[in-house]
Amino acid sequence: MASYLLRRVGTSALVLLLASIVVFVGVRALPGDAAVALAGEESDPVAIEQIREKYGLNDPVPVQYFRYLGNSLQGDLGFSTRTGLDVSEIILDRLPVTLELALLSLLVGLLIGIPAGILAALRRGTWIDNTSNAFGLLGLSIPNFWLGLVLILVVSVQAGLLPASGYVPFFESPVANLERMLLPAIVLGTGLSAVLMRQMRSAMLETMSADYVRTARSKGLSERQVVLVHALRNSLVTVVTVLGLQLGALISGAVITEQIFVIPGFGKLIVDGVFTRDYPVIQGVALVTVCGYVLVNLLVDLTYSFLNPRIRVSGGAS
Amino acid sequence: MTTPVTVRAPQPSGDYPLLSVQDLRVRFATEDGPVFAVNGVSFDLRAGEIIALVGESGCGKSVTAMAVPGLLAPTATVTGRVLLAGRDLLELTPKELRAVRGKEISFVFQEPMTSLNPAFTVGKQIREVLQRHEGLSKKAAQARAVELLQLVRIPAPERRVDEYPHQLSGGMRQRVMIAIAVACGPKVLVADEPTTALDVTIQAGVLDILRDLRDELGTAIVLITHDLGVVADLADRVVVMYAGRPVEQAEVHELFAHPQHPYTNGLLGAVPHREQGVELVAGRRLAEIPGLVPALRSDPDECVFAPRCSRRTDVCTSRRPPLEPVRPGHPAACFHPGEAS
Amino acid sequence: MTTAPDGERGTTAAAPMSQPGPAMAVPPPRQRRSRRLLKRFFRRRLSVFGLVVLLLILSLAVFAPLFGSPSRNDFGAVLLGPSAAHPLGTDDLGRDTLARIAYGARVSMQAGVMATLLAMAVGVPLGLIAGYYRGWADLVISRFTDLLLAFPFLILAVGLAAILGPSLRNVVIALGISALPSFIRVTRGEVLGLREQDYVAGAVADGAGDGRILSRYVLPNAISPLLVQATVTVPEAIIGESVLSFLGLGVQPPTPSWGTMLSAAQTFLTQAPLLAVWPGVAIALAALSFNLVGDGLRDTLDPKATS
Ligand SMILES: Nc1ncnc2c1ncn2[C@@H]1O[C@H](COP(=O)(O)OP(=O)(O)O)[C@@H](O)[C@H]1O
Ligand SMILES: [Mg+2]
Repeated sequence: MASYLLRRVGTSALVLLLASIVVFVGVRALPGDAAVALAGEESDPVAIEQIREKYGLNDPVPVQYFRYLGNSLQGDLGFSTRTGLDVSEIILDRLPVTLELALLSLLVGLLIGIPAGILAALRRGTWIDNTSNAFGLLGLSIPNFWLGLVLILVVSVQAGLLPASGYVPFFESPVANLERMLLPAIVLGTGLSAVLMRQMRSAMLETMSADYVRTARSKGLSERQVVLVHALRNSLVTVVTVLGLQLGALISGAVITEQIFVIPGFGKLIVDGVFTRDYPVIQGVALVTVCGYVLVNLLVDLTYSFLNPRIRVSGGAS
Repeated sequence: MTTPVTVRAPQPSGDYPLLSVQDLRVRFATEDGPVFAVNGVSFDLRAGEIIALVGESGCGKSVTAMAVPGLLAPTATVTGRVLLAGRDLLELTPKELRAVRGKEISFVFQEPMTSLNPAFTVGKQIREVLQRHEGLSKKAAQARAVELLQLVRIPAPERRVDEYPHQLSGGMRQRVMIAIAVACGPKVLVADEPTTALDVTIQAGVLDILRDLRDELGTAIVLITHDLGVVADLADRVVVMYAGRPVEQAEVHELFAHPQHPYTNGLLGAVPHREQGVELVAGRRLAEIPGLVPALRSDPDECVFAPRCSRRTDVCTSRRPPLEPVRPGHPAACFHPGEAS
Repeated sequence: MTTAPDGERGTTAAAPMSQPGPAMAVPPPRQRRSRRLLKRFFRRRLSVFGLVVLLLILSLAVFAPLFGSPSRNDFGAVLLGPSAAHPLGTDDLGRDTLARIAYGARVSMQAGVMATLLAMAVGVPLGLIAGYYRGWADLVISRFTDLLLAFPFLILAVGLAAILGPSLRNVVIALGISALPSFIRVTRGEVLGLREQDYVAGAVADGAGDGRILSRYVLPNAISPLLVQATVTVPEAIIGESVLSFLGLGVQPPTPSWGTMLSAAQTFLTQAPLLAVWPGVAIALAALSFNLVGDGLRDTLDPKATS
């Protein structure tokens, strides 16, 4: 277990280091001169040169990289070229919004996807299975931003039930907050629930035909025990492993969902950053997203290894 | 379809069989049409007796065995009678059947590596059956689990009981399976090729455990095997199966000394071995017979072995050979029975 | 049926077998495999439906010019509902929606298929190398895969759009890179499994060259899972293209794309809601058709897999 943990943490650290290089190089590859951007378009060459010196843009690239890495590790992500605000502060400001959206969507995804997948597998070939499968296929095929538009059209514009856009912090008014988060969470959660449902269903079908499930039946256990104790446990282990990868889809989904519902979160921040060529913001958001994503996947893997005795309790046959 | 004659070994009066399988038929519904996996198998098993089912792989041995406690997939249609102490298991409700499984009749599967749940300790998997049928507390069940591990000769059972299947060798896992199977003192144990997946060196140990169970607890055993040495060593009677049909059935000595069906002759291989009677070396597998076991897409009224048979004549493909005694207490389904010359 | 020669058992192993009796199901000969697979596929009604829809969308893309010009403005006929002249109505500039949907199908199909081909062209060789040579090559490629996976699709696409500028070509590159890890992993996994197979091990032992082993033995057997992976990737890429175009990071107006059409329709949600319906239905149908065909292929090629 310990060696597995070490190896897994080491890999994640390496990936993070590589990712920081990619982000650094990527931002350097952006069109336009960073110094010009910092100084303003109309600055004279002398002022621009001063900026270059001040920000160390004349230093060799590796030196610049390590300075950037050091600053980032200390939480210094630079300043927005558009607003002049501290990028770390902007991010800290926006992060809770996106986290709330992601958590609510995860909840929607799990609450629909997991039970539907289990039921579909247990009632294979019945209308429950067919309905779940249809839901799964549609959920995979319908783009979430379109679902968002349709929901805004039907629920907000025509029925006038929920606000179509905007954001109110939860601690200011929980009701107003949830009113505005409900539709985005459904939009983002539906796709996730479709994926989870399909994965849960096939994992469950696989474990239900496993030899050890037959053994459990041969012991005279009730069908409930066979399913809930012997099959479900092993199916969930499989589904946990893919949950981490689904997080990437969740982040991507958040970017566009925030755009549609005009939610001032992380995703909106990066898209706006691209349109305003606010490179420090793009760089900061990309770095923080990648770190968060890699760390959560590490966490998922550790959970998995804890759920799986093969990894948790190592030791060969004697 | 003609109903095959059920032939029983001579029995003392009043001694009715513990398990009586009568005209068992299993058909699977598949995407490509029905599969006739078992076609009219009948045998009786008395307390303390070991009956062997032999035949090449794909002959329907496992399906026969699993049909007994009703463990086949829902795609299977099972007909016939499976009387356990006079009660027809095929007629029981699912709930009644669950009370029988693991308690009166239990099963040891062929695949020790996958038959235990990787997520739970060995102890939990043994406790489960004890708590289910014997109503033991968790603590009592755990203590009993250690005893059972001892019974199946697992060293350091106090430690092993808390280990996970992946920490045990194949041989030990199969012993754990046997411990689970005998935990509630079943009347009948069905063992489906319990040693096939194991190293030759540890097969003997597992077989010894089965023998002791029979000798000491009087457990009746349905033993499925490829290994003629095992048959000679353990079995009292033998049912030879081919393509889902029983083709020959006899006491073990009688069968080895006077095999009648050409398929059995083929399995026993060359003449010299047969003349040694039951003195076959353990580990000796069924002889290779040219050709393949047919896929069981139909159950035709003819001899299914005919395409591979050297004694084949026109009569073989004109109707189904009945399973009739060709020697006392020794039926064979063949128009040209006899020992190979 | 004739009587078989007797006494020769064991030496004439195959002779009695060559005359199949009525009970003998002959193992299906090789050339019948494809027909059997086709039959199995066509038994799944939903997959056949998916295939039909897919063909319809493809013909829509191919014959797009038949539906009229996607860019002819008619300011006398803006935001119209469906009519004989404009079966799906017109947009805010009076352009025919059906024609724009048809041309949008071209963009969608191109993006979906080309991104998938790009991911395959790069991912399959990398997967082959990683799985076949293992060792440090595997290590490097696996870390590279991890690195790619660390960038969620839209973050990557947004970054690339910022660097390269928005265009269909760059959308395809971004989508291709996002799909790369799956192809590397699927190929690598297959090769690792196949390496252990006797016939591959045998070919290695016989001293067959690496290229020969990979192309003759390994790749043909990896085709099925790769095909299935491709049918999963195309709909993802179709949706991905529409997302990027919707955000303004993909295909640029006036080129008609389902994503840009939706983006424009957003402004007129109350006046002309149908304008926001058609492109969405088109995307969903296109993605659905590939997903249905993919599910069918998976079931057909690997009946053991349950999905
Ligand atoms: N669930 C099933 N569905 C369809 N056919 C099956 C199923 N289980 C077993 N069979 C078929 O039944 C026949 C007998 O199988 P089995 O009893 O496992 O043979 P064996 O004698 O090797 O134990 C085989 O042809 C097998 O393909
Ligand atoms: Mg078997």
